[in-house]
Amino acid sequence: MLSIKNLHASVEGKEILKGINLEVKAGEVHAIMGPNGSGKSTLASVLAGREEYEVTDGSVKFLGKDILELSPEDRAREGLFLAFQYPVEIPGVSTVNFIKTALNEKRKYHGEEPLDAVSFMKLMKEKMNLVEIDKSLLTRSINEGFSGGEKKKNEIFQMAMLEPKLTILDETDSGLDIDALRIVASGVNKLRDENRAIIVITHYQRLLDYLQPDFVHVLLNGKIVKNGTKELALELEEKGYDFIKEEQNVTSAI
Amino acid sequence: MKEERDVLEKTVASDYKYGFVTEIDTDVVAKGLSEETIRHISTKKNEPEWMLDWRLKAYNHWLKMEEPKWPNVHYPTINYQDIIYYAAPKKKQTINGLDEVDPELLKTFEKLGISINEQKRLTGVAVDVVMDSVSVATSFKKQLAEVGIIFCSMSEAIQNHPELVKKHLGSVVPMTDNYFAALNSAVFTDGSFCYIPKGVRCPMELSTYFRINTENSGQFERTLIVAEDESYVSYLEGCTAPRRDENQLHAAVVELVAMRKAEIKYSTVQNWYPGDDQGRGGIYNFVTKRGICSGEYSKISWSQVETGSAITWKYPSVILKGDNSIGEFYSVALTNHFQQADTGTKMIHIGKNTRSRIVSKGISAGKSQNSYRGLVRAGKNALNARNYSQCDSLLLGDKCGAHTFPYIESKNNTAVIEHEATTSKIGEDQLFYCRQRGIDTEAAVALIVTGFAKEVMNQLPMEFAVEAQKLLAISLEGSVG
Ligand SMILES: Nc1ncnc2c1ncn2[C@@H]1O[C@H](COP(=O)(O)OP(=O)(O)O)[C@@H](O)[C@H]1O
Ligand SMILES: [Mg+2]
Repeated sequence: MLSIKNLHASVEGKEILKGINLEVKAGEVHAIMGPNGSGKSTLASVLAGREEYEVTDGSVKFLGKDILELSPEDRAREGLFLAFQYPVEIPGVSTVNFIKTALNEKRKYHGEEPLDAVSFMKLMKEKMNLVEIDKSLLTRSINEGFSGGEKKKNEIFQMAMLEPKLTILDETDSGLDIDALRIVASGVNKLRDENRAIIVITHYQRLLDYLQPDFVHVLLNGKIVKNGTKELALELEEKGYDFIKEEQNVTSAI
Repeated sequence: MKEERDVLEKTVASDYKYGFVTEIDTDVVAKGLSEETIRHISTKKNEPEWMLDWRLKAYNHWLKMEEPKWPNVHYPTINYQDIIYYAAPKKKQTINGLDEVDPELLKTFEKLGISINEQKRLTGVAVDVVMDSVSVATSFKKQLAEVGIIFCSMSEAIQNHPELVKKHLGSVVPMTDNYFAALNSAVFTDGSFCYIPKGVRCPMELSTYFRINTENSGQFERTLIVAEDESYVSYLEGCTAPRRDENQLHAAVVELVAMRKAEIKYSTVQNWYPGDDQGRGGIYNFVTKRGICSGEYSKISWSQVETGSAITWKYPSVILKGDNSIGEFYSVALTNHFQQADTGTKMIHIGKNTRSRIVSKGISAGKSQNSYRGLVRAGKNALNARNYSQCDSLLLGDKCGAHTFPYIESKNNTAVIEHEATTSKIGEDQLFYCRQRGIDTEAAVALIVTGFAKEVMNQLPMEFAVEAQKLLAISLEGSVG
């Protein structure tokens, strides 16, 4: 589904991603872990097409298409969804209105008619239940005055509505209390199926306890330095990133 | 970041796509302004003596006045002798069907959701083709007459209801009020007149749409609305359909009178030709709009969506004379390219316990300049007067300007006047967030702008709001579509 080869990217002339390789197949859940500043959000932004990040080398194929050629909106319409680490406020625009616009733009791209009001409401109700989100939240200005947990839940609700092929969760667990984490995680789990893939960016084991990733990758200083399974995440939890850094020093010394 | 900015620029760099001119054979009074011109207009309109005297008085006063220089707008000197002051179109058909109309314009109408018949009327397709529009108007008129409401052109009112016109014309905006009001008083050609009798709640929104004879309200429009005790009326001025006019100067006057417990809601959508993207052409829209809450517990509410004109100079105001009366002003002013808008309101508190509320939303794009100018005055008898003002500006790009000039004058210490102002930009974060959800930049800008203007849009009558929302989007649209 997603094939990243030797991806290099820089911002304001500074290289942040230094040759990323990653293969994600339909049905898989991948976790990307790594210390602050290692380039996790940058990777997410580059995949989503944020223009301030310049791709200097490498390729990214998504469902067989070279997505680096596509605009951010077309990537989204092709089925790529990014749950933002810091969701953005848009005063005066409700989540309902926002997501309706998004959904219909996507449908238009695929040559479908806009969803009529009744079908939209029905879909919304269904997905609201799925992620245990309150209607009152959805009629307020999107993300404005939302608590951290509400913002993240709202991202998952949008994901549920748009039914993306590939979801990237950028630290969706940060700032959540145990209950919110459980709701968000179970929401994500309900949206898993063999046709979709998820990339979970996180610092912590606790989200992974719920999500049970198939693969875990460690991103350090713009490179994936270690690949493993969920046991790797447990090891990281226990020992921190230092042991990997040490391994790195050893290998680079050779 | 630069690229994103370029996209933003492209998005706001739209053209006024509705430019079209109809060549109508007109009955014209020669260029220039003199006593003779005014006599000529008055004669053409078959006016009574008192009306002519009134006009001449205004003219003589105007001669002694000077054009105001204080608004934050710049334009070349207007030559008042180079203007044609009277041109009545002869009913002659120049366009036979919509297939002769600029397809771009039709596309716009479609986007605005304007009916085929209405499209015909607006593009100047001969009126007799548009039977529906006329019959609709006639049936409305009948319905209004049944409850005693007078709704007609100002010319008709002068002929048929002279005592009402005499009593109220100039009672809110005296002919000496300001330069453009004096000019209007001297040369106005037509406009709307509306009278709601005591205790009557107008059964429908009154719209210039439904007033036959509206084609020639001209560049010096004059409107007068009188609401007697305990009556209610909601009036819609203009329409979202684009209007091009060869007259560069527009100086309208609107007067509202609300008696005891009466309520007038006046909504405007202004979409005159704004000039091209180089700042050439476009209408100078210098309007005086004022209402008086003359009776206690009366209420006047102005709502406006301004997207047109090269220069807008306009301050719909309320004189709160009656005790416990309420004045409101809700405004969205959008400027693009080289447009300049200096708009706002005045709330003059005279009576006790009077309240006013001002919500102004300015949106600037391109190289435009958008100013809010508002005065709130509490007189010495305006005990417990309350005002709340909220002025927000939204900037698109970094070549435009937003300015706020609030003036507050309070002559008694029981009055409470609050003013809040914010300025924000459409952030790249907001745009990217939208785009990541599949909403392209153009649609994202429209969404964000609509959200910004929501509080004002909510004040507009339903159908008007839907159209106005589309209009905002179209005014910011790029070359796409
Ligand atoms: N827009 C930007 N401008 C300048 N530097 C940036 C920008 N975005 C990220 N960086 C830098 O890139 C590095 C990686 O950041 P980020 O991808 O946010 O890391 P992570 O998400 O792993 O914490 C950091 O050093 C950060 O300062
Ligand atoms: Mg991050």
